[in-house]
Amino acid sequence: MPKHHIEVNIKSLGDSALIVQLGDGIDPAIHETVKNLSELLTSQPFKGFIEYVPAYNNITVYYNPYVIHISQKSSLTAFEIVSSYMNDLVQQMKVNKKEDFKIVTIPVCYGGEFGPDLEHVANFHNMTTENVIQIHSESECLVYMLGFAPGFPFMGGMDTRIATPRKATPRLSIQPGSVGIAGKQTGIYSLETPGGWQIIGRTPLDLFLPHMSPPTLLQAGDRIRFVPISPSEYTDYKEMK
Amino acid sequence: MTVKVLNAGLLTTIQDIGRYGSQKYGVIVSGAMDSYSLRIANILVGNMEDEACLEITLYGTTLHFEDDTLIAITGGDFQTTIDGVNAPLWRPVLIKKNSILKFKSAIQGSRAYIAFAGGISTPIIMESKSTYLRAKIGGLEGRAIQKGDILSFGEPTDYSQELFQRLDKKSINWSINFNEIINLNQNQVIQILKGTEFQLFDKESQHTLFEKPYIVTLQSDRMGYRLEGPPLSLSESFELLSEGVTFGTIQIPTSGQPIILMADRQTTGGYPKIGQVITADLPSLAQLQPTATIRFKEVTILEAENLLIKKEKFIHNIKKAIHNKVFNE
Repeated sequence: MPKHHIEVNIKSLGDSALIVQLGDGIDPAIHETVKNLSELLTSQPFKGFIEYVPAYNNITVYYNPYVIHISQKSSLTAFEIVSSYMNDLVQQMKVNKKEDFKIVTIPVCYGGEFGPDLEHVANFHNMTTENVIQIHSESECLVYMLGFAPGFPFMGGMDTRIATPRKATPRLSIQPGSVGIAGKQTGIYSLETPGGWQIIGRTPLDLFLPHMSPPTLLQAGDRIRFVPISPSEYTDYKEMK
Repeated sequence: MTVKVLNAGLLTTIQDIGRYGSQKYGVIVSGAMDSYSLRIANILVGNMEDEACLEITLYGTTLHFEDDTLIAITGGDFQTTIDGVNAPLWRPVLIKKNSILKFKSAIQGSRAYIAFAGGISTPIIMESKSTYLRAKIGGLEGRAIQKGDILSFGEPTDYSQELFQRLDKKSINWSINFNEIINLNQNQVIQILKGTEFQLFDKESQHTLFEKPYIVTLQSDRMGYRLEGPPLSLSESFELLSEGVTFGTIQIPTSGQPIILMADRQTTGGYPKIGQVITADLPSLAQLQPTATIRFKEVTILEAENLLIKKEKFIHNIKKAIHNKVFNE
């Protein structure tokens, strides 16, 4: 197998974290590299490692410099030690790894009280609300990362025919489960928070599960399919819980 | 062993050292704003360093002790009294049954910590007892402390019980010299490293950051400190994708006014990062009140790490010193 050289750029994020940059932009291939490196780091943590956060094209590694200092007895800085460790891990990464991912189906009740901006999105693109629902539920989306709130997925892959700018003035409160569009991204609110995304529907599923492990319905790397449901099916889901 | 909350104060929450390991799920770290004060308070009562304490903000909080309890108060000076008499700070204190501990307003710093021997009994959620208000988890039912709440404590360690016995017999004439580790002044030089997008700011902004003072505004909380001063701007506009951020990250939103991310920050952010406060200065930063003045000073990563190591060694030495004071003198 030919050795594939991966461009890696490591930057400090202060004295207790660093960012391992694995490419630019939003790209499923770079995402795969992020996922591979995350898995390698999980299986081979270094002494002083705290945790990592994957993003679109990089991972942030959090560490305790004091633990590294007392365990290494080296004249190098903790930043240099962790940088070199992460560089080695990147070089160990296997290319052409067989993809394995989870497909998660998300039931969504579109429009009405659950999707107050569905009509706006339809009008914005001169299409019917049925068209918007059809296009949104036919896209297969990839969860690149979780952030903003617990379990909130940053997804790519939505059909750009329904890409819509955020609201000029954010809403003060958005209900958990609300499915929104912001530019080319689609996402699902996991907690009641303020937010500026165009809300087109709501899922009865809980995205944040604080008493489960992992504590979220979705994880980075999952593929998402949205399935339209009626308001009565939405109620049935809620009552099943 | 319990205490009853007679007055909650402005914002009093249960916090430990923070909720680590779940940031990849979007779960914030939370935890003490001033982690050095929290850790030292725990050490003073014989708890594990990362045990949960009460974090009291700016003013308030009155507690009624329903049993004899070993506690320690650290952080800012809130003119605290026990049954009307000034309470000693930064050392172990034996509180007698039916005593009333009262915090007034902060005359130094902005956050005080109370550690109770045995720690606060509350469920551990994702490895931590810290309160995460927005997600309504951790602490007491995921909320701030309210009037009428009853706090109960865990089983004190053998070491805590031994401390309790010995302190009951002799008085203490020492306290921790916190000036070695935290600066409670409201006019501070905060040391920073250049941020990941520092070079993308125009030359004038790069210069201004280190030359001009910035004021902590009233819109500052556990999530972030919003500063006010000369606005900082990028040389050319540029779109950053969301990525990991951390405690002390200095972000510049479109207004040009810096925001320093604090204990309750989100896990990821998409604003350009002009700087990063060094870990050793975060507790001092967390003790600043609104209207406080900050001047930023650049240090190297080696200097930042050395300062952090020096403070960690100080905390390590406190443990040994307390043992000597209590058991050998």
